Amino acid sequence: MILYIKLAWRNVWRTKKRTWITASSIAFSVFFACLMQSSQLGSYDNMIDNSARFFTGHLGIHQVDFWEDQIIDNSFDQQALFELDLTNPSILMGVPRLSSFALASHGDRTKGAALFGVSLEEEAAFSYLERKLIKGDYNTERGVLMAAGLAANLNLNVGDTLVLMGQGYHGVNAAGKYSVTGILKFPIPALNQGAIYLPLETLQEFLSAPNMISSYSILLEDSQDTEGMKAHIETILKGKELGVMTWQEMLPDLVSSIELDYYSGWVILIILYVVIGFGIFGTFLMMIKERTYELGILNAIGMTKRRVQIMVAIEIFLLIFLGVLLGVLMATPIILYFWSNPILLSGDAALAMEKFGYEPIIPFALNFKIFYNQGISIFIIALFLAIYPMLAIKQLKIIKALKE
Amino acid sequence: MKVIELKNLSKIYNPETIPVRAINDVTLSVEEGEFTAIVGPSGCGKTTLLNMIGGLDISSEGSVDIGGVSINEMSESELTTFRLQHIGFVFQAYNLIPVLTAKENIEFIMVLQNRDAKTMQERSDDLLDRMGIKDQRDRRPSELSGGQQQRVAVARALASRPKFVLADEPTANLDSGSTEALLDIMAKLNKEEKITFIFSTHDQRVIDRAKRIIKLVDGEIVSDEQP
Repeated sequence: MILYIKLAWRNVWRTKKRTWITASSIAFSVFFACLMQSSQLGSYDNMIDNSARFFTGHLGIHQVDFWEDQIIDNSFDQQALFELDLTNPSILMGVPRLSSFALASHGDRTKGAALFGVSLEEEAAFSYLERKLIKGDYNTERGVLMAAGLAANLNLNVGDTLVLMGQGYHGVNAAGKYSVTGILKFPIPALNQGAIYLPLETLQEFLSAPNMISSYSILLEDSQDTEGMKAHIETILKGKELGVMTWQEMLPDLVSSIELDYYSGWVILIILYVVIGFGIFGTFLMMIKERTYELGILNAIGMTKRRVQIMVAIEIFLLIFLGVLLGVLMATPIILYFWSNPILLSGDAALAMEKFGYEPIIPFALNFKIFYNQGISIFIIALFLAIYPMLAIKQLKIIKALKE
Repeated sequence: MKVIELKNLSKIYNPETIPVRAINDVTLSVEEGEFTAIVGPSGCGKTTLLNMIGGLDISSEGSVDIGGVSINEMSESELTTFRLQHIGFVFQAYNLIPVLTAKENIEFIMVLQNRDAKTMQERSDDLLDRMGIKDQRDRRPSELSGGQQQRVAVARALASRPKFVLADEPTANLDSGSTEALLDIMAKLNKEEKITFIFSTHDQRVIDRAKRIIKLVDGEIVSDEQP
């Protein structure tokens, strides 16, 4: 076998120029494909992370009817969770959240608002809410944090008093006066025009719903490990009126947009692979055409066609491996750099990203799967194209080959 | 002992359109240790006959027995293995593997025969020594002269310890000096080790050394002499 490998390796380098051209074309396609997929997966991770942290968590525990009918009456007593052991190495953290709606008034202006009761300290670590603060003080015991757009519409500023009116738990009237202690700026217009954050206890008191929460949002180590963890938590919640949902179930639009983008990315990759495929096929074609006489001689002196095929297959493998290796070596440092230094967008592109609620960055994912996928894809293409040289060798006629 | 026996061998091209008999009803046997030259004008069928003896081409009629074994009914794969084990080939254009050194070219045949490393080492060293090219062992064909390449080709043909060696115009590309040196080696191998050589040639120097001369004209044997 060593002689076969030696023979194949030397044959690969017999036509140095052609080997470098073929290996380079493979390397560049792997390079571009890796960068493209890394930025794609990085963006998805970022979108999932943003959405999960801010809205749903990777997993959300709710009262069983809550997701269908998101009203305060479908909240649950957080005491039920304290009795359970939710500690697991796959769970990074969890936060309780209570949400409802109310009318927010200041002076002669009134607007509808979404109320979020959160543990401000835990939320700072979970959803990085503190980073949205643009004015005032984040840590408040009795005050509220208002979205900048809503504050502007109500002509409110830090230190002003806000009046909230709404319906509390089981239909009781809810009304209260709160001091605005901070202004938050959200990229998502809907949030920026209507969100009010309160300490959890403050909102529970306002809604006359002591200890009640709408959801317990859980952040996982791995955003894709949701099904396993869901099953795990379901066993813990057995017998309770609580259910657990994954971010995929809670954010179906996000799942669809990721899938759409992922498959459109693959369409571009397939076009790239088809172009590269023609290049590789050209090399295989020449590999056989130029060496028909030589292959005939090998067969004549006693090398069976199967062995000739093995030798040529090793050559093909070495050539493809060289190209894939070069591509991965070229892509790795660039992906590493952008993984730790995401591309910061500016101008219209940044605005568009912010409008959809995402950070205006192009993050890169560092995942072995990216290199593996590209390498395997190229090898599958080469394997498919290698059918031609293998068939050509099988059909080789010694006498005809010796006359070439 | 007969190493080759041909009975009523014919090769007909285009049998269904305009049949051309390249070899016509040839019956011939070659004994072990012969030094035979097949001669004749260009196009008389020398190479075709050699190809059929070597199992590279199949006959249209008749039979080819090598060492008492009929090769007519063998499959392509069986024929290739049979050639590897029993027949040595020397071609006009040397046809060494360009990316292997002289020594590796010789060992290549033994690798195909699955010989162990020690046997290969000893055999290749011995053959390089006998061919007088031991100092060229690590050179690739492109770094060797025509004569040296053809000696490597002979060594490669002998590496498998074949029943006989078929040499198709082995001296056609060589100068006089290289031709004489090559023929000396072959004659010595024939004399001392009883290795059977069958040449196709126009070269008078080869014909002069041959112990048996078979003359072909239009695919038929017109004379078979032992000078």
